[in-house]
Amino acid sequence: MSLMTEIAILVLAAFVGFEVISKVPTTLHTPLMSQTNAIHGIVMLGGLIVLGYADDPLEYVIGTIAVAFGAINIVGGFMVTDRMLGMFSKKPKPKGEVKSK
Amino acid sequence: MIEAVLKPGGDAATALYIVAFSLFILGLKQGTHPTTAKRGNLVAAVGMAVAVATTLLLDGMGNWGLIVIGLAAGSAIGFVASVRVQMTEMPQMVALYNGVGGGAVALIAWSELRHGISLGGDIPLEELIPTLLAAIIGSVSFWGSNIAFAKLQDLIPTRPLAVPGQQIINAVLLVGVIVAAVVLAVNNGDPSEPLFIAMLIAAAILGNLVVLPIGGADMPVVISLLNAFTGLSAAAAGFALENVALIVAGTLVGSSGTILTLEMATAMNRSVPNILFAGFGGAPAAGAGGDRGGAPPHLDRRPGRGDQARLRGLGRLRPRLRPRRSPGPARRQGGGRMS
Repeated sequence: MSLMTEIAILVLAAFVGFEVISKVPTTLHTPLMSQTNAIHGIVMLGGLIVLGYADDPLEYVIGTIAVAFGAINIVGGFMVTDRMLGMFSKKPKPKGEVKSK
Repeated sequence: MIEAVLKPGGDAATALYIVAFSLFILGLKQGTHPTTAKRGNLVAAVGMAVAVATTLLLDGMGNWGLIVIGLAAGSAIGFVASVRVQMTEMPQMVALYNGVGGGAVALIAWSELRHGISLGGDIPLEELIPTLLAAIIGSVSFWGSNIAFAKLQDLIPTRPLAVPGQQIINAVLLVGVIVAAVVLAVNNGDPSEPLFIAMLIAAAILGNLVVLPIGGADMPVVISLLNAFTGLSAAAAGFALENVALIVAGTLVGSSGTILTLEMATAMNRSVPNILFAGFGGAPAAGAGGDRGGAPPHLDRRPGRGDQARLRGLGRLRPRLRPRRSPGPARRQGGGRMS
């Protein structure tokens, strides 16, 4: 993949990100932050790759920690988001309640 | 070497990565509507599973024992932490997960650099520069998030903390980090690993110092901003590793996280530069200067309309989670506001 192709992908992805998140109800700010947080757990792929091809002891250590960190980010991130959003389904009208405050 | 090994996986691996990031985009889109948000999260999680499985199937991967240890340990910690965390402590949990993500990026960058050095010859700049960027942003994000976590968890005082001459120290650190990165990039034939580690440490101190002076009530915005940073660092790591899934997902988080940060700040009647200026040492502790006349950002103010907006924006989870409905004054001033 050429550098310019990669940059093209980066620019397009940036616009997609801008477009997807717009006019989000304030209720969803924290869950959405948590979900995007889980998505950047994708870095674990990088950890897997450097560990999978590592060939010296220090790289083994660094790689294993990186994979563990990434796994915490992914598993924890998606589970916490799910728990937050689970509270919406229990209360059908979250908006009304906050307004009544 | 890594690119070469990826090539056998070529089209098939890339196709699966495309499936994965499409699911991320769909999941994010659904995450913006209350009715579909929960499903959106699952969709994104499926995308992640596809991406991870694809990577594990890449040709030439080794060290399976260590991979299993890392995966098992990380998953277990993430699982237990998520099950046990109180609903009111969610924001700091997000900060912590964000931090480990940034830490992973910094470690990956370090490993990449070592790999490049061990191969000998010039490291191509299009690989080295993203590696350095990933290392810097990842390190800042890791330490900044840890401070945010510690503040919200009341491990350290939530009030703005600043050391004398903070602005100067921050500026010196920032310049030092940039100079180190430039020196490393110029000597791409034989970059010095100790200099790289020094750069990581300087970035770590910078991450600490930028977040320490920010008050607990502004933390949600800071966490969101660091979240966007981690996304960008993941994208940089994607450039270094030539991994399209990392580039797309990282950039997606970087840009959507930026928008989310701005929306959050607006909902709280705050502006991002305002918050960060405190972070860069707008002298809240010195009690002089700063664009807010040295007042610690709204921590000593009485609740007013702005606070109402802030509660509406980020404190939504709390009323439903805490039936007692009487947040003590201590919680109100601290991180409780966002939880």
